[in-house]
Amino acid sequence: MSTVKTLEDLKRIREEAIEKRKAKAISGEVQVIVGMGTCGIAAGARDAMKAILDVIEINNLSGIIVTQTGCIGLCEKEPIVQVVLGEQSKVTYGKVTPEVAIKIMKEHVDGGKPVQSHVITLT
Amino acid sequence: MRELALHILDIAENSVNANADLIRISLNESTITDKFSISVSDNGKGMDEEMVKTIIDPFSATLTTRKIGLGIPFLKAAAEACNGGMTINSTINKGTRISCSFQHSHMDRMPLGDIVNTITMLVIGYPDIHWIFRYEFNDNLFEFDDEFFKSELGDLPLSEPSLISFLRSHIQEGIASVKIY
Repeated sequence: MSTVKTLEDLKRIREEAIEKRKAKAISGEVQVIVGMGTCGIAAGARDAMKAILDVIEINNLSGIIVTQTGCIGLCEKEPIVQVVLGEQSKVTYGKVTPEVAIKIMKEHVDGGKPVQSHVITLT
Repeated sequence: MRELALHILDIAENSVNANADLIRISLNESTITDKFSISVSDNGKGMDEEMVKTIIDPFSATLTTRKIGLGIPFLKAAAEACNGGMTINSTINKGTRISCSFQHSHMDRMPLGDIVNTITMLVIGYPDIHWIFRYEFNDNLFEFDDEFFKSELGDLPLSEPSLISFLRSHIQEGIASVKIY
C-alpha cells in the first residue's frame, strides 16, 4: 500500500462524499452521540457504535455525524445513544445493544420515527 | 473488559476528558522479548501526585469531590497478574502518560481484541483531537497520524460512509503489514 495511491484514493472519496452531502443538506444535520465512559465501554458501547457505523457504511447514509461523549451519570442505563435530528430536541436511548442500535439507525435516524421502547427520560 | 483494545479505548477517553488535543496511543508487541506494552500519552491538564494515587487506588481515596473511575485499577491489576505493571507520569498543565506492560505469552494476558474499531471510533468520535497511533510488532512499525486525513478532508465529517471504510481498512492493512512472525 503506497502513500501516493492512498492519497489519491482519499481525494476521490472526498470529492464523492462532498457531492453526496450536497444532496442531503436540505434535510438538516443528523447527530448520533455514543456514551463512552468506562461504564458505557464495559456495557458494550463500542459494539453499539460499531453497529451504527456499519449501518452507515452498508446503507451508504450520508450527512450523519457520529461522535462520542463521556459518562453522563446514568451508568445503569448504558450503553447510551443520543440522536438529534435537525432542529428537533435530543432523544436519549438506554440499553442500546447492537440490535437496538441498528433499529434506531433504520427507524429513527433514517426513518424519522423514534424507537419508543428504548427511549429514556433524563431527570 | 476482556480485550486490551477496550482498556485502551477507556484510557483514551480519560485523556479526552482531561481536555487533551493531542493523544498518542502506542502498542509494542514483541515475541522476542516476550513483552506487550501499551502507552497512552496526552497533552491534557495533568494530575497532581495525590490525584495519581487516587486513580490507581480509588478505595483509599480521601477525595470526595472528584469523580473517580475504575478503569485504571482494573487494567493495573490485569497487568500485574501477567508479570507486568503500570506506571503513570503526570504533570499539571503538561499532560499524562500511562504505560503498562504484560508478559506477552502469559496465559492470563487478555487478547488485544478489536483495536481497529477502537482506533477508528476515537478518530471519528473526537474529530477535534489530533490522534497518533503507533503499532510495533517485533520492531516493524506502522504509524497512523490522522492529521494526514484531516488536512485532505477539510471540514468533511469522518463519519461519511466511504470514509469509515477507508479508515478501517487503512488501519487494518497497516497492522496486518507489520504483524509478521
